[in-house]
Amino acid sequence: MLSLENITNTIHEWLNATFNPTLALLSEFVLIGICAIALFAMLGLSLVLMERKVAAYMQLRLGPNRVGPFGIFQTVADTLKLMMKEGLTPDGADKFLFNLAPFVVMIAAMMLLAPIAFARGFQIWDINIGVLFLSAVSSVSVIGILMAGWASNNKYSFLGAMRSGAQIVSYELSAGLSIITIVILTGSLQISDIVNSQENGWWIFKGHIPIVISFITFLIAITAETNRAPFDLPEAESELTAGFHTEYSGMKFALFFLSEYINIFIACALGATLFFGGWMPFHIGHWEAFNQIMDYIPSSVWFMGKTFFLIFLLMWFRWTFPRLRVDQLLSLEWKYLLPISMINLLVVTVMAIMGWHF
Amino acid sequence: MNNEDLKNKITELFPTATFEEGGEWVNIFIDPAQWKTIAERLRTTNELAFDYLFCLTCVDWKTHFTMVYHLSSTIHRHALVLKIKLERSNPEVETVCDLWRTAELHEREVYDLFGVTFLNHPDLRRLFLTDDFIGYPLRKDFEDPINMIKL
Amino acid sequence: MIEELGTTSEGYMVINIGPQHPATHGVLRLVMTLDGETIIKTEPHLGYIHRSIEKMCESLSYRQFVYVTSRMDYLSSHMNNHGCSLVVEKGLQVEVPERAQVIRVLMDELTRVASHELWWGAMAMDLGAFTPFFHSFRERETITDIMEETCGARLTMNYICPGGVMADLHPDFQKRVKKFVALFKSKFHEYNELVTGNIIFQNRMKGVGILSAENAISYGCTGPVARGSGVSSDIRKLYPYEVYNKLQFDEVLETGCDSFARYMVRINEMLQSIKIIEQLIDQIPEGEFQAKTKAVLKLPKGEFYQRVETARGELGIYIVSEGGTTPYRIKFRSPGFSNLSALPHLVKGSKIGDLVATMGTLDLVIPDIDR
Repeated sequence: MLSLENITNTIHEWLNATFNPTLALLSEFVLIGICAIALFAMLGLSLVLMERKVAAYMQLRLGPNRVGPFGIFQTVADTLKLMMKEGLTPDGADKFLFNLAPFVVMIAAMMLLAPIAFARGFQIWDINIGVLFLSAVSSVSVIGILMAGWASNNKYSFLGAMRSGAQIVSYELSAGLSIITIVILTGSLQISDIVNSQENGWWIFKGHIPIVISFITFLIAITAETNRAPFDLPEAESELTAGFHTEYSGMKFALFFLSEYINIFIACALGATLFFGGWMPFHIGHWEAFNQIMDYIPSSVWFMGKTFFLIFLLMWFRWTFPRLRVDQLLSLEWKYLLPISMINLLVVTVMAIMGWHF
Repeated sequence: MNNEDLKNKITELFPTATFEEGGEWVNIFIDPAQWKTIAERLRTTNELAFDYLFCLTCVDWKTHFTMVYHLSSTIHRHALVLKIKLERSNPEVETVCDLWRTAELHEREVYDLFGVTFLNHPDLRRLFLTDDFIGYPLRKDFEDPINMIKL
Repeated sequence: MIEELGTTSEGYMVINIGPQHPATHGVLRLVMTLDGETIIKTEPHLGYIHRSIEKMCESLSYRQFVYVTSRMDYLSSHMNNHGCSLVVEKGLQVEVPERAQVIRVLMDELTRVASHELWWGAMAMDLGAFTPFFHSFRERETITDIMEETCGARLTMNYICPGGVMADLHPDFQKRVKKFVALFKSKFHEYNELVTGNIIFQNRMKGVGILSAENAISYGCTGPVARGSGVSSDIRKLYPYEVYNKLQFDEVLETGCDSFARYMVRINEMLQSIKIIEQLIDQIPEGEFQAKTKAVLKLPKGEFYQRVETARGELGIYIVSEGGTTPYRIKFRSPGFSNLSALPHLVKGSKIGDLVATMGTLDLVIPDIDR
């Protein structure tokens, strides 16, 4: 059967048979790098188009429909435009940090790709602390944002960066706590273990109400961490013009823009992996016949379907809700989400010890 | 209070005020030196209670300026027009922005466009025009050969 | 005095909001002193779009000056023209035909709905919700289409002139307006579902930008801003002009004094305007649409003052006439100017996010402030 797992295995075997092991490993690195960059480009293009189409649908309009059929080449045209533009560096800016910041954000987003399992046996690096790695590295991007805001030497950027810092540090907590609930149930930090543990049902169904609560907390937290409306305070358009990337133009702006979408994708992929079984098809307990039918749908389709469903949810939020105020944002986290997730964690722990879940 | 009662009340309170006929409201002329005390009386006297300054402007009569204050009461719903004659060479009048806070911006506008100085105004600067602008555009003798088109 | 840019001597940050800023809806510039995110002081700097309409009007005839006023508060241009026509008619003592009066009121109310629609969308956008803007423009488009058909323009209509209106109604006018009223009524619930009932929105609006009734009067606030503080200030009710005294409608008053109260006033005012339109649309009397006036108008010597209720509040037009063909002095008491003067007081001590919410509910139109 033609699956992603077979393709990677074939390539791996062929490389090892042809070259010596070191060279084979190196060429695998290069291949993975090329694939990752290609995936990034594709994701950026498709997510931006999707965002614009979803927004248009919610806003009673058509969205891009001039470049290519249904406007699918609109984002390609936009990217070309951004590449042609001059990348301005303001006179008062700290030039080194100013130019470095978009790459820090982008590299942080790229590193997150490593432990994501895209399909059965299709994963760059099945590290044994996968979930920890994801939540640790995802916080690195805040350094890039702070760097951008500080180095721009612009008060709007600075305010945006400060807001971003406060926001990401706060919401990291409840995101982490809701991830830990799944880790407790699974007993492992490894992504492959977490996916395999959902073979007889996804955690969102197996884990009763506590896991639903932790899923909702997770969803709110990742919306905040990826700086999306209603938590888009760092770039609040009507307050801070464009927040931390006010001074950026051309490709440097495009990197910020792209990394935002990559972060959304990674966050939703993590959500899909933890709560919806990742690439695992929809299985119900011991209904063998039903499970086998579900297995016919390729695992990559399952993964992408779940991820894009979550992305759609985030887009739905963005085009529906007004923005919170900065003090409301912090009180939502510290007064409501954090206590709720802590109590929830306790409940899940008791549930895991007593074996009350399916 | 109708216009007749208002007239009587004002003559009683301020004997020096002179009336001007015409218009839908009572028009009175007062002395600039008395303006502040009169304004306070108008604002605080319960029967008058002029709490709403709905228009503040100035008219250039070529020989003199006239400050025009349109006052109204949100309680009694009567209105009064106060006029103050000012010299053209050195127009000065007391500010009323502590009584009616809307006057602060309106007085700055008049200062900007007519050059009337409001004494004791907290922040008397040009409002619309730049700080280095020369002249007062709404005066009748203002000339700007570049931007003004005479019809 | 604070420095233009940089920090004050106390170490507070000074930031320029505007003149080019998405939230100011025009070229308003606010110099703000901030302590972190908290606003210490706000100072409006005006004049970026000052055209000195008052000076211009001194050299325009009584027929011409009406049209310049469309450019003041461009969202309620009918009301501006209406006020100017009324003050000229008051001076000339011209009796306007009943048909013209009804047409004027209909146009005023349609404009009011259109203006509030735009405000609603723009304010939701200020708060970060983009979608409502398009929902409100769906209805607003219908109104601008009606305006285009009858008046020939979509924004600065110049339709009401001294003596009546410029031209008779388009034959389809009644049909179109009825269609619009039906559309509006069927879609109005979306406004409340999308924005009014939203918990985030309510948290952003309630208790923000408190303007007490006493301050509202003292700052000269009018229109929905004053009515949100419970101050009765509807010129249509207090000093009725045209046919307003024959109509059944309520003055919308809220006592919340905060941004949410001002928001609710405008939302409910749209319904009242629709009510007025419904009363009049089937009863447009037959007859002339314009009174017979001389070609060259000359106002008698004297002073004339007329106030009308625009979408933003009380517009006062003060004309000093020397008996000539042009006004000797003209003063527009614009509602936005007085409403703006309350802004520094309203936002003191609140966050930048509150500034946007407060400024949104003041519904500032910058050409109206600068004139």
